Amino acid sequence: MRVSEILQILDARIICGEHRTDYTIDVAFASDLMSDVLTLKNDHVLLITGLANMQTIRTAEMSDINCIVFARNKKASREMIALAEENDIILIECRYSMFKTCGLLYEAGVKPIF
Amino acid sequence: MEHHEFNIEGGDFTRAGYASSQVKKMLKQMGVDVAIIKRTVVAAYEAEVNVVAHAYSGAMYVDINREEVKIELRDQGPGIEDIEQAMQEGYSTASSAVREMGFGAGMGLSNMKKNADELHIESELGKGTRVVIRMQLNATTGD
Repeated sequence: MRVSEILQILDARIICGEHRTDYTIDVAFASDLMSDVLTLKNDHVLLITGLANMQTIRTAEMSDINCIVFARNKKASREMIALAEENDIILIECRYSMFKTCGLLYEAGVKPIF
Repeated sequence: MEHHEFNIEGGDFTRAGYASSQVKKMLKQMGVDVAIIKRTVVAAYEAEVNVVAHAYSGAMYVDINREEVKIELRDQGPGIEDIEQAMQEGYSTASSAVREMGFGAGMGLSNMKKNADELHIESELGKGTRVVIRMQLNATTGD
């Protein structure tokens, strides 16, 4: 699924990587536990999380994750956006809960990893 | 063999991952296979987060050439009482501050073991811990 479709489905706002809305994700994973995210082996993963701090971006960097959705109005700081920009990571802010975010994307055909 | 050193501050979560990020940049520049880069930096990052989470201060020492990379982390900290127990998934002594950062679920050491070609941990209670991660690289460029 393309980032542009994700934005539409979640009625969400892209705050980093605005020019890369054609980027495509294959699967999605939702977690606030970064160690769990670091166990993933897949490529083109969408990370859905309620954890908005520098380690969220670092974890994505180490795991080659290029797209993050922050659920439930969690905001990325300026430092987080700068680090995401440096690593070509797309950041999306969404007002829906983790549950609704996952539900809508699943319904639209996004596949889970496990 | 190139040598690099990075200081790691205990408790400084805004900077945690900086050293591992530098390692990733080096490996990318050398043209190392992406799957090997990922395994290397995930192991290094978990180790780096451990220093930030548990120690007062520490450093990452990186020795790298075309064939392999050795990543050594040495810290001044409380040490690990029982390494075998600490290696068990789910075992953790992490503070709530560490858990709020998305870590501390007792997955770090086992995650490091799963990703590293070789992992060596030694620790002295009340003094600190030394972790060595070795990876085969088979890089296409660089020295």
